[in-house]
Amino acid sequence: MKRKRFGPSRLSAAFLLLVPYLAFAQDAGPDGGEAPAAYDPPPAAVTHLTARDAPDDAGKHIILEFERSADDAAGAADVVSYEVFRIDPAGIETSLGVLPVSNKDTLRLITFDDQMPGLVNGTEYSYKVVTRDASGSSDSKLDGTVRTSGQWFALGRFNMLFSVLMISFFILYFIKKAQRGEEIYLRPVAGLKAFDEAVGRATEMGKPVLYVPGIMDLDQVETVAGVIILGYVSKMTARYETELEVPVSRSLVMSNAREVCRSSYLSEGRPELYKDDMVHYLTDDQFAYAAGVDGIMLRKKPAACFYQGKFYAESLILAETGNSIGAIQIAGTASPSQLPFFITACDYTLIGEEFFAASAYLSKDPKLIGSLKGQDWAKGVVMIIIGVGAVVETLHVLGVLPFSLQPLLVAG
Amino acid sequence: MSRDVWTVVALGMIAVLTALTVMFLSWGIGNHSVGFGFWVGSVLTLGIFSYLYKDNPFYKFAEHVFVGVSAAYWIAIAYWTQIDRNLWGRLLPEQFPQGGHEFNGFYIIPLILGIFMLCRLIPSIGWISRWSLAFIVGLYAGLRMYGFLQSNIMEQARDTLRPIIVPGSLVDSINNFLLVVGVLSALLYFFFSKEHKGVFGVVSRVGIFFLMISFGASFGFAVMGRISLLIGRFDYLIQAGTPSAGRASVVVAVIMILVLLIQAFKDKGSAEEA
Repeated sequence: MKRKRFGPSRLSAAFLLLVPYLAFAQDAGPDGGEAPAAYDPPPAAVTHLTARDAPDDAGKHIILEFERSADDAAGAADVVSYEVFRIDPAGIETSLGVLPVSNKDTLRLITFDDQMPGLVNGTEYSYKVVTRDASGSSDSKLDGTVRTSGQWFALGRFNMLFSVLMISFFILYFIKKAQRGEEIYLRPVAGLKAFDEAVGRATEMGKPVLYVPGIMDLDQVETVAGVIILGYVSKMTARYETELEVPVSRSLVMSNAREVCRSSYLSEGRPELYKDDMVHYLTDDQFAYAAGVDGIMLRKKPAACFYQGKFYAESLILAETGNSIGAIQIAGTASPSQLPFFITACDYTLIGEEFFAASAYLSKDPKLIGSLKGQDWAKGVVMIIIGVGAVVETLHVLGVLPFSLQPLLVAG
Repeated sequence: MSRDVWTVVALGMIAVLTALTVMFLSWGIGNHSVGFGFWVGSVLTLGIFSYLYKDNPFYKFAEHVFVGVSAAYWIAIAYWTQIDRNLWGRLLPEQFPQGGHEFNGFYIIPLILGIFMLCRLIPSIGWISRWSLAFIVGLYAGLRMYGFLQSNIMEQARDTLRPIIVPGSLVDSINNFLLVVGVLSALLYFFFSKEHKGVFGVVSRVGIFFLMISFGASFGFAVMGRISLLIGRFDYLIQAGTPSAGRASVVVAVIMILVLLIQAFKDKGSAEEA
């Protein structure tokens, strides 16, 4: 009996029968084995990729903008991240960072600031954004190149220049007027009149005067104003031979306050009464300083306490202790959050700008008085802008006027 | 005993306490160091609280420890963050690599200004330190001017440009009206070169009313914050009074009250004798 030969045609037929079987077996699911991985196409690339030099700056800043992938918060909603690359003229790609994706953001436009090291003004750069999902990625490259450059003038801040020039003009104009001897009226401020009274009281009682110039350093305008007022108070203590105690919390303030006190005692002709120790450092720490000043108050029992400068949460601790020892207290600060405490616990409080104006009132210096008058004029201009602006905004909201004044006050 | 002897005794106590603290912490015996911390915390917290009674040795001790430790701490912080890392780290980056900076020759300027400040230690050339002070005050005055102008004038003025009539919202209309009137009248109060009489005086008085109302609201808000701080401290003392903390706060409080009572009776007795 001749055996049938198992030739190539029969082998092919058997293979063709086997393929559907194998396919069926793999599709069978949990019972029938593992299902094949579904084909996951790469995510859609970002679109509308643009790059521009940041305006009005010193350069080395390029702003990139692009729209999210169609698969981010839409479509397949499986985008994992965007990675931004900078490409230099030699074609070297540098990764600038990976932006994670939540797939929930509805804002389509993404802005990316390239201020990373290596960016050189005047060099042409290209950019690439790689969109990734779990299994693949797709690129989007910038059409053309972009270069960054520095500008001499920030045109968006022209309004600031105008404001500075206007305020400076007012101040210089009135300083000139004051220096020519023209009398400038200054309304009375209750707290300032009390300075003499407080030092006089301490002199009569034979007790010291305590002066606290705030807890901040000389980079704060309030501290500088506080040290200026200290000059006036130390002149009085020199004149009346009253003990002066100035605990400070910053080493630079200590040096400056010593200079001020020394020159005050010298100008009053009493240099021998001045001692460096009258201005002494306690600590930089806010509440340790408050505890130290409280201790001085309780032990030395000053008859007059001045708090003139920048204060924070220690203000009430100091003012309450001063109140408990029966001292006459005069505070001055521009910290809005601390003013309520001083108003509550002190006899007199210089509120905000009254505090800055105090040096002009006390010194009668034409320069300071003139600058005070100049500032009043600047305030007048601000009031007019606010008044007119509120009317314009109202008409704008009611549809009468097509424009608003707010953009004029935005400093770019 | 004389004052000097007391000073030596107090310094000795501080030295022993410091040594014990360092010892416990360096041994890293978790529960023991925490327990010791409760004792130190209770002594210092109750010592500061005792000020509410009157000035007393416990308050003095806590105050001096607080001031001294914080002064030393800030000096150390200033040295390691500013002089070591920020200054030397930029002038001699290879020798001081901790800051991770590159060489920057401009830092020679703060170095010179700092040396000028130290000239105060030599009275004959102490005047040189004024240059440093003048530099700092002048520089910051200029820098701050721009910042204040932008944030305190431009931004504030811009935010006040609000419509007084908001269609469909009476509340917003009233709110905006009060805001504009409040800002304008408060600004008028800070006019110094004009007498506050007549209409000017009335409007500036309205301004001070607005200011006082805002101060009252701010006061209430801050007091609430302070009370939460107080609650935090009491919570700590209660925790320190548990058996696991050795009832530190209770023991310390009892000892303090007893000592203060004895002192009060002694003071009363000596006052009567006098």
